[in-house]
Amino acid sequence: MSTAALAPRARSPLRIVVWAVPIAALLALLPSVVDPYGAILLAYGLVMAIAALGFNLLLGYTGLLSFGHSAYFGLGAYAVAFMVKYLHVQSMELFILGTIAASLLVTFLFGYVCVRYTRIFFSILTLALSQVLWSLAFKFFWVTGGTDGLRVPTPKLLGLVEPENADKIHFLAHAYYYYVLGVFVLCVALMWLIVHSPFGKALQAIRDNETRARFVGIRIRSYRFVAFVVSGIFTGIAGALWVPLNGLTTPDILYWPFSGELVFMTVLGGFHNFTGPIVGAVAFNYLKTYAVGFTVYWQALLGIVLVVLVMVLPSGIVGTAQLLYAVARRRVGR
Amino acid sequence: MNLLETKQLTKYFGETHAVDKVDFAVGEGEVLSLIGSNGAGKTSLVNLVSGLFEPDSGTILFRGADVTRESVQGRIQAGIARSFQIVNLFDALTLLDNVALSIFSREKMTRRLFSLADHQHAVWQEALDILRQFGLELKARELAGGIAQGERKLLDVAVAYALKPRLLFLDEPTSGVSTREKAPIMDVISSIVRSHKITAVVIEHDMDIIFKYSDRIVVMHEGKILASGSPEEIRRNETVKDAVFGPTHA
Repeated sequence: MSTAALAPRARSPLRIVVWAVPIAALLALLPSVVDPYGAILLAYGLVMAIAALGFNLLLGYTGLLSFGHSAYFGLGAYAVAFMVKYLHVQSMELFILGTIAASLLVTFLFGYVCVRYTRIFFSILTLALSQVLWSLAFKFFWVTGGTDGLRVPTPKLLGLVEPENADKIHFLAHAYYYYVLGVFVLCVALMWLIVHSPFGKALQAIRDNETRARFVGIRIRSYRFVAFVVSGIFTGIAGALWVPLNGLTTPDILYWPFSGELVFMTVLGGFHNFTGPIVGAVAFNYLKTYAVGFTVYWQALLGIVLVVLVMVLPSGIVGTAQLLYAVARRRVGR
Repeated sequence: MNLLETKQLTKYFGETHAVDKVDFAVGEGEVLSLIGSNGAGKTSLVNLVSGLFEPDSGTILFRGADVTRESVQGRIQAGIARSFQIVNLFDALTLLDNVALSIFSREKMTRRLFSLADHQHAVWQEALDILRQFGLELKARELAGGIAQGERKLLDVAVAYALKPRLLFLDEPTSGVSTREKAPIMDVISSIVRSHKITAVVIEHDMDIIFKYSDRIVVMHEGKILASGSPEEIRRNETVKDAVFGPTHA
């Protein structure tokens, strides 16, 4: 057999373009074919997809289950709210830069502590640290607004100011939707590059066999630390994009059930593949929205969905779709 | 000159003296076998030298430099690599990925976050060449978790070999495989090790394998070195016969 036949097929970005461009085009056309509410709902989904992508760098690629990613999402949201309240910043680009700086600071600190541990100890530690941030946001109400939260007005996008009398819903469903879509595409491309880099391979090696990874010369803790920081920054950026959509941030976003929602989204889509968390986040967003509108017992409904999901579709929506596709191809090939 | 030397190397696990003040030396280019009954301290000694365990006391010198407190990564960079008694692979990755990871790590490329691994053609070519040397190239795209035990043993050694070590520890490279497969596996490993002038320390229980492939044999018993010599000397050594094979051994 020739070397060419055995060597890995190079993952050219051009090959990805074949399926990524139609999806991006579909997403770009959406605001002109659905009502503003539909576009805003999808913008929420894309924001959550960025957070889930970040979260899955730890779970799917490094084998670390964080129950504290609400901390970084909330950090992004509060970083924006603080910049508005105390620095009177309005620029969305400055919000994102400020969020990256704040996420770097906090993930360096939290990551330094957390990556020393694995399995349940890592999960509990991330949960505990996220609750520290939640309690600070809750108790220091003269800074954070307490349970009333902090309001965030419509931001300036790329230096452009919205007219005073502009319709906020129209702004969120169009200009802001496209802004979120742009950042989403950038985040997906960046994360795709990271997980397919030699660094990404090293993370997968650590996930699969920590001892062997050490004995091929990989410094486990350093790589986990970098993954932790990158994961936190992605989730922080999602928080920064979320808060202008929501118009308000409260301590709820730092509370542990939101970390659980990120886990749910990722499991729903499937954490063993790259696109799983994206699909899971968008699907969860619709599921939660319609469940809330359908019944007051929406948490119970979501719980039942999660139980069924784990039992029937352990590889998530994308994993199951891939499985069915492979079966169909085999049958056609017979 | 010795490539590796340990001086009074000691590791106790409670009351068990796993490695007890061991002075052990391996010469450059040697293929040395480490033998002894179960619990003699062979694997513990390898674990100490490779950095899996920290010694209680004693010194490890590699190419004259003290590596006693060196990290596992530091020892790998110095030229020490190992395979494992119970195969240690990345089962969810392909054979090619397993070997390529060693090369990426060796070349310090795993620090790169923003370059595509698949575009590092030289790495994949080298990984494929290594698999070919070990007779595994036709399974390059298969998952390591799905191949036969003998192939897994070879891959385990190939992953260590890809680090380009000067000293390679092979912890029972034929354990768990059928008698028929043992000699072919050792033939492959021995030919690669000797042709690349890699110093090798082999832990093995199969005496036919040991006598056939070793330049020198070191016998361990109850954490200490009992004897050292050529295969012929060890074969004739009565103390070794009693301690390793039992007093009834003819």
